[in-house]
Amino acid sequence: MSVLVDKNTRLLVQGLGNAGRFHTDKAIAYGTNVVAGVHPGKAGTTLRFEGETDPSGVPGRPDRYQLDLPMFETVREAAGTTGANATVVYVPPFAAADAILEAADADLELVIAITEGIPVQDMIKVRRVLHCSGTRLIGPNCPGVITPHQCKIGIMPGYIHQGGRIGVVSRSGTLTYEAVKQLSDVGLGQTTAVGIGGDPVNGTSFVDVLELFAADAATEGVIMIGEIGGSAEEEAAAWISANLDKPVAGFIAGTSAPPGKRMGHAGAIVSGGAGTAKAKISALEGAGVVIATTPSDMGAAMVTAMQRAGKA
Amino acid sequence: MKIHEYQAKRLMAERGIAVPEGHVAASAGEAVAAVAPLIRAGGTPVVVVKSQIHAGGRGKGRFIEYPDLAGVNVVTDGLKGGPEAAEAKVRELAERMLGSTLVTVQTGPAGKPVRRVYVEQGVAIQRELYLSLLLDRSSGRNLMMASTEGGTEIEEVAAATPEKILRETIDPAIGLADFQARRLALGLGLSGEAAKNGVLFMKALASFATDMDTDLIEINPLVVSEDGRVMALDGKMGFDDNALFRHPDVAALRDEGEEDPAELEAGAYGLSFIKLDGTIGCLVNGAGLAMATMDTIKEVGGEPANFLDVGGSATTENVTAAFKIITRDRNVRGIFVNIFGGIMKCDTIAEGVVEAVEQVGLEVPLVVRLEGTNVELGKRIIDESELDVVSASDMKDGAKKIVEATR
Repeated sequence: MSVLVDKNTRLLVQGLGNAGRFHTDKAIAYGTNVVAGVHPGKAGTTLRFEGETDPSGVPGRPDRYQLDLPMFETVREAAGTTGANATVVYVPPFAAADAILEAADADLELVIAITEGIPVQDMIKVRRVLHCSGTRLIGPNCPGVITPHQCKIGIMPGYIHQGGRIGVVSRSGTLTYEAVKQLSDVGLGQTTAVGIGGDPVNGTSFVDVLELFAADAATEGVIMIGEIGGSAEEEAAAWISANLDKPVAGFIAGTSAPPGKRMGHAGAIVSGGAGTAKAKISALEGAGVVIATTPSDMGAAMVTAMQRAGKA
Repeated sequence: MKIHEYQAKRLMAERGIAVPEGHVAASAGEAVAAVAPLIRAGGTPVVVVKSQIHAGGRGKGRFIEYPDLAGVNVVTDGLKGGPEAAEAKVRELAERMLGSTLVTVQTGPAGKPVRRVYVEQGVAIQRELYLSLLLDRSSGRNLMMASTEGGTEIEEVAAATPEKILRETIDPAIGLADFQARRLALGLGLSGEAAKNGVLFMKALASFATDMDTDLIEINPLVVSEDGRVMALDGKMGFDDNALFRHPDVAALRDEGEEDPAELEAGAYGLSFIKLDGTIGCLVNGAGLAMATMDTIKEVGGEPANFLDVGGSATTENVTAAFKIITRDRNVRGIFVNIFGGIMKCDTIAEGVVEAVEQVGLEVPLVVRLEGTNVELGKRIIDESELDVVSASDMKDGAKKIVEATR
């Protein structure tokens, strides 16, 4: 079991520029079922991907892959023709919000937006539209979603992942990789790792993903990685306290961040005393979450949380 | 991106949002020339001379060179002495303010040099209110906040009398609805002509925020004049950097003199860089990892000299630039390169670091931790370069090693 994506996911790729092509190639090498591409001016052509199979990905495949990916002008046509049920957006920031809206209009169940730097006002409108649709958006400004050995969507390095028992949810891409690698190293592995993205307005919150992990039988514990800014971690703490009976470990980045400065992520800013790492850590600890003091201790914190719950 | 008050007011005036008339001046002569036309147009001989810097608290701020001189000065000499007296006073003020250094609660003790002053019409103020527009992250919508406590920092109002803050969340499909603006006006105690003008002001400001991609507008104070006008007496404005591509007119308002030169240079190379006060330079990919690297350095007893995220699409050239920016900081006594490649490939980082050291040399210890995409290739590049590099197995190990090396 897993959440959001698995071996039945049929993936469409929006935006096949350099970055889109590079990561689509890696996804295919991993074994993700990529079925269509949408890119301006490429309709009717195919795009060839070939190379060596990623051994950490879907098992039982030949050593090499070759795929001629059919290209379309619109998402609706691509999804209709190929039966895609999820899409990943690599479209540049100025057109990315439109790409998400187009995916929602085509009734795709899941949109994963990797693009960094989408204007906030665009995302406000996107979120308003998604609120009234059945489409779930992950991101933007996120590494994507991976269910180890089944489906990799996004820009995360596949080889660090190991199928297992822990759900991972994070606002930061590179810190997700840290957590994942440590979970693999300590032998807990992952059910699914979800990057919800570092932007102030995103499609899916910590609580949304925690709900999915709570309902997933294979997920025995959860690690969540937050950072300064906003109150999503505090909301997650309240939800965990009230609803989640699975062990949770966590890390919050930005303990040393000076107030008022934007730390890279558009959403990572401490303003007027709100959104501090300290407040988030104390809220999570109050909900029984085991907090790692440095990112290098995330795996150990998860082990501790599992032990306390009698699961390790 | 922040802009100056005079720029914000010009943008507001262009879009029909009421502001007092004013002129910006870079010399005492220009400041004096602004006085007579303002007095003629305003019907009052009172003018205000305001320092233009990217920091708040100017009214209470004082100059290093003139400890008794405030950052904002109301000139009432015209009331008795006529326009000539006002001009004389404005000249005296502008001569002292321009080129001097203003210290406010937001500038830090070093202060900021005043390169321009804004000469503005005096307004006969009946009431001072507060109005702002910002992102409400939990609803993912814009939020208009208003308060009767104009002139006070909103954080103070929120702490002491939270019930005095009025909020209206804006539906992006509708904009600020009439009823919401009326509700705010009523809550602010506006009536008659002032209520009508207040509603117009708020609706125009809400449209401004979405059309112009601001990330914060703060009007403090918003004033009601004795004749019932509602206007922005101050205007603090920030814009979403990611949306500047569709506002070249706003992008042109950037005042690079107000920004940190190293942060500016970093921005030109697509790097996200923030200068800090410590001794350990950090070169990291990913904002979360960059923050966590700083946290870890602190945790093991060091102090980071900077936040630096090279981003996901950096080239060797960008990484080289990043390395140069870090080494230029004379406080830096050691450098920690911490990479977990996802989009970013470890070999790109390794090549950039090697290239930079070849160009600028390396006089401080360097610890490198590489993990992720193309890690073996990256490690080989570092090994074959014969650079004096200490390798680290993980982030905490790297942080410990660099802290020890700089002791």
